[in-house]
Amino acid sequence: MAADAQREAGISDTGSLKNMIRRPKRGVPEGLWQRCPGCQATIFRKEAERRQGVCPECDYHWYVSARERIGQVLDEGTFEEWDADLEPTDPLEFFDKKAYSQRLKAEQARTGLKDAAVVGTGMIRARRVAFGVTDSSFIMGSMGSVVGEKLTRLIERATEQHLPLIIISGSGGGARMHEGVLSLMQMAKVSAALARYDQAGGLFISVLTNPTMGGVAASFASLGDLVFAEPKALIGFAGPRTIKATIHIELPKGFQTSEFLLEHGFVDRIVRRPDLKSEIARAIDYCGK
Amino acid sequence: MPGEYRLSFERPIYELEARIEKLQKIKTPEAERDVRLMRRDLVELKKRTYSNLKPWETVEVARCPERPLTDDYLALCFDEFVELHGDKFFGDDRAIRTGWAKIDRFKVMVVGHQKGRDYKQRIACNYGCAHPEGYRKAIGKMQMAAKYGMPVICFIDTPGAYPGIAAEERGQAQVIASAMFEMSRLPTPIICVVIGEGGSGGALGIGVGDRVAMLEHAYYSVISPEGCAGILWKSHEYKEQAAKALRMTSKDLIKLGVIDEVIKEPDGGAHRDHHLTASRMGMFLRNTLRELVEIPKDALVEQRYQRFRRMGAFIENGHLVGQCLYDPGAVQAVPAPHAEVAERVDV
Repeated sequence: MAADAQREAGISDTGSLKNMIRRPKRGVPEGLWQRCPGCQATIFRKEAERRQGVCPECDYHWYVSARERIGQVLDEGTFEEWDADLEPTDPLEFFDKKAYSQRLKAEQARTGLKDAAVVGTGMIRARRVAFGVTDSSFIMGSMGSVVGEKLTRLIERATEQHLPLIIISGSGGGARMHEGVLSLMQMAKVSAALARYDQAGGLFISVLTNPTMGGVAASFASLGDLVFAEPKALIGFAGPRTIKATIHIELPKGFQTSEFLLEHGFVDRIVRRPDLKSEIARAIDYCGK
Repeated sequence: MPGEYRLSFERPIYELEARIEKLQKIKTPEAERDVRLMRRDLVELKKRTYSNLKPWETVEVARCPERPLTDDYLALCFDEFVELHGDKFFGDDRAIRTGWAKIDRFKVMVVGHQKGRDYKQRIACNYGCAHPEGYRKAIGKMQMAAKYGMPVICFIDTPGAYPGIAAEERGQAQVIASAMFEMSRLPTPIICVVIGEGGSGGALGIGVGDRVAMLEHAYYSVISPEGCAGILWKSHEYKEQAAKALRMTSKDLIKLGVIDEVIKEPDGGAHRDHHLTASRMGMFLRNTLRELVEIPKDALVEQRYQRFRRMGAFIENGHLVGQCLYDPGAVQAVPAPHAEVAERVDV
């Protein structure tokens, strides 16, 4: 399940990632212009950055890194990272075409992250929150032991310190195959921590971004008291390819998008990226005691 | 019980069985002696084959259609089974069966994936792939069990939760998440046993228990070996390598602390002797129930939380935390520092 999503998102998302980060542009200085994965228009990079990675032409929400997210959602300079020293290991000595340990090193070098999640505390319009984000560029933002542990500790601290909890997920990969069943168990671990947080009366706002699939969608991402989603994000349990291979029919247009989930009752609000900060602040005010 | 279905690696066993059958028809003292010797060989052969199964062969055994299913355990381990249908919301998913049962002196709630024995049943059960209503039914019945002080027993046997349009429309992801969320705090003993396939989120959706056991030749994995091969090797043909890499057998999972107990199968696999398998299952269930019902509910839920809290392996400040299959060598395993944090959070 999880992994199928990995492949799905891998195809849609690495494509767009490559467009944005790696592919050298011909004829123009690198990085000055960017092609929008939504409408294919060529966009001035500065303009896109000013708009928080939202295409001015078609409103497509581009990939943004975990660090950029922190800048967009939290008040400037307020973020204090927790558990930054947690690093992944290779518990199964997993080997496909290359060793998982090698893959990890390559991903770490490429993204500058130790694993797919960054967690900590910060302010949103002067309201203190516990804040976590997964970066879909690190092995598809998939959840292995480190992501699970960091999120669980985040939730436990939020419980202890009575903080509202915000987790922004960008995880096409679901549960990370390379750590086998240990990744699967992270789903139970994080969900159990959220159950305690819930019992203690905490407010959890889950923000779904493109893509949120598999074991991430089937654990913390779906368990928010409030579930927000960015427009047109791919969100679901099984990847479209698996579904197609199982039922042998064309999938309806807009299947597994934020709008699809809203229509079927699994998302509270679709929130555009520039509005996210105010929407979260307002939700905290409504639910604050 | 020799049936129609043939596992490829069992060929020497079938051949020997056929030879014994042929010889049995000859009623001479020599032939009888040979039969006796060959029977002894057969036992040895089964033992030898099954003690050295490759990971992919384990997957084949776990999927063997003649393997005992939830229905068989219901018939063989329990005194009675009263099925309770429906999720009171959408429908009655046949891929998950729920109901009351009696075992020993205990009244329990049984929740189990059902794959179906013949073609018709398998279609009705979607081959054990549940839709959201199945998990919703499971949650509902478990909560009822907790209300009336009944322990819950879950039999896990699914290739995975159903991947389809309707399943997505009705919130497959959300309902599996909710199932884990609710199970983690359910104030009643929960025993889970992987009896065949432990396929990913579909398995874990009824797999958050105080004790998680596994039949010897079942598998439990984050993804099917075919799925993993398709993604990482770009071809299903690498399923055998994937099965090996994923470490999905009971031998590996007990080392990782993901399961607490391995229930031994009869020589030659559970499919050869349903009664013996069921009697070992019954023994495990009765012993575990006796142990768990003595634990106060608060302590039970706390222990369950800690059981899953420990899962995972990572490096913190240069030290390995958690359980690995490799030899940590230079990096020393240290007790998890988060244990302290977890205690403080306890409410």
